[in-house]
Amino acid sequence: MKIIKSIAFWTVILALGILVEMLGRFEYINPYVIQVLELIGINIILVSSLNIINGFLGEFAIGHAGFMATGAYLSAICTVKFHMPFALGFLAAGLLSGLIAYLIGVPAFKTFGDYLAVITLGFNMIIVNLLNNLEYVGAARGMVGLPKSTNFIWVFCATILTLIIFRNIIFSNYGRIWTAIRENTLAAEMMGINVVRSKMVAFAIAGCFAGLAGALWGHMLQYINPSSFTYLKSTDMLTMLYLGGVGSLTGSVLGAVLMTGLLEILRDLGVWRMVIGPVILVLIMLTKPLGLFGSRELKIVQPKSDREEVQKYVSHAGRKHNNEL
Amino acid sequence: MSYFIQQLLNALQLGSIYALIALGYTMVYGVLGLINFAHGDIFMAGAFFGFFTAYLLKLPLIPTLILSMLLASALGIMIERIAYRPLRKAPRMSLIITALGISLFLENFTRATLGGQPRSFPKLLEIQDFTFLGASVTNLQVVIILVSIFLMLVLRYIVQNTMIGKAMRAVSDNKEVLALMGISLDTVIMVTFGLGSALAATAGILVGLAYPVIDPYMGITVGWKAFIAAVLGGIGLINGALVGGFILGFIEIFAAALLPSTYRDGIAFTILIIVLLLKPTGLLGRPVIKKV
Repeated sequence: MKIIKSIAFWTVILALGILVEMLGRFEYINPYVIQVLELIGINIILVSSLNIINGFLGEFAIGHAGFMATGAYLSAICTVKFHMPFALGFLAAGLLSGLIAYLIGVPAFKTFGDYLAVITLGFNMIIVNLLNNLEYVGAARGMVGLPKSTNFIWVFCATILTLIIFRNIIFSNYGRIWTAIRENTLAAEMMGINVVRSKMVAFAIAGCFAGLAGALWGHMLQYINPSSFTYLKSTDMLTMLYLGGVGSLTGSVLGAVLMTGLLEILRDLGVWRMVIGPVILVLIMLTKPLGLFGSRELKIVQPKSDREEVQKYVSHAGRKHNNEL
Repeated sequence: MSYFIQQLLNALQLGSIYALIALGYTMVYGVLGLINFAHGDIFMAGAFFGFFTAYLLKLPLIPTLILSMLLASALGIMIERIAYRPLRKAPRMSLIITALGISLFLENFTRATLGGQPRSFPKLLEIQDFTFLGASVTNLQVVIILVSIFLMLVLRYIVQNTMIGKAMRAVSDNKEVLALMGISLDTVIMVTFGLGSALAATAGILVGLAYPVIDPYMGITVGWKAFIAAVLGGIGLINGALVGGFILGFIEIFAAALLPSTYRDGIAFTILIIVLLLKPTGLLGRPVIKKV
């Protein structure tokens, strides 16, 4: 009975995605709306992967756009320079970004506290600087002529798969290690957890998915240039993350949907649109420092056994940082 | 030889600007333990304050400088009052993100109100060239270096010899005991923000004079470089900011002589990461012992 229920559920979800894709193809839905929906999907992937580091692991990374950039550029090199199919470029983007994130993790976790934030940001800046100087990828002019490979169904499936994978990792034993590290690093170490390695794995996973999102993003706009991946982009992701809720997958989805939607609605405001994001970010921090959802989850996301048990013990993501002060 | 002296003066000029901004980062970090991401934008705001006082009120250099310093101090204190003070007991992450938000707000707000195009800074100083040991020097370079050194000495006097300076050093040493000594933490933090912002505004005007264009996003790169300088010397240490600022200035000028100048930012950040790996507390910092 349970299996039938879940099969039915996923069939409905998939059918919904195919329906929207079809409606888009036959132009019952405006291509602009489709693009906004794709953007929302990509942002969900970005924000939930950032949430792994900032929310579940309790570290503080502010250079996520760097991983997005490596993904976007590698996939673009694959499709434009080597004429590979997009799927291959997509996978390569994820792998490379994951690998780079892992390598960044090696030095990053030797330092402590705010310095990790600085290193991630420094990495972001270095990547942008390199891309600005590499003639092979068009330097500051960027790359043009990317095939229009990203369609709604790609983004839809990628988003759903990302969320399923993240949900399953987070509520698995391995994911609990991250929460344990967040709550009390020392106690986690006492329990025999290899803290540095767990952190690096989390970093690699987050970087990998950011790379995938970057590949999708590049092939959606068909044009990438280094200035799209500066720390402003990273801050956009932080805004969505902290709007929705740190330490909550539901929150990531909500934050990405709300913020992307809001910015599209406010498109008429022109430059003032860019003032609104930061104001929202500051207001959230002043009133609800853990975001709208905090670390709560919707029932559908949380495994049944988890609902009462864990909530008793797990406080919010901020506690560790309080203790350290 | 004259080429070397020329570059040396350029490096001193750049370094003193970095050092002025780095002082603000380091003082706030020492007192609050916060990386004040908005500091680079206070530098930008200071340049714009200078632009408007010089342009609208037609004031000469020194009054422009003083007025902009006052305005920037007010801005810094206001930011602290509105955005940072309510979060003093909140998780540290919230504070850093608020600082990022304020930084973006200042940039985008300035752009929305004043437009994004670069504006040329009014010439407050009749530029004269003269030769010194074979190198051609402008009086502007001398003014920049002298003003910076003068302000650094003033700051040093305040921190070392006045009551409020003593209180500032006490805050960075131990916050809890401070209250027992009857010192108001709020006042100390306010003064810190005021002083830091005034120095940043001076740097803004000096940059406006030296590279005569200013724009709403000028604070990003320079602000980050100054932050790197502060970390390089040891964040939280006033001498560290000076050492870091001048070292970074020298490295950048002499690296630009060897590599294409577009690599400048990349080099600065690479240095930052290397320093953090080898000596996380900076060149002058003592290692932190983490107590369990």
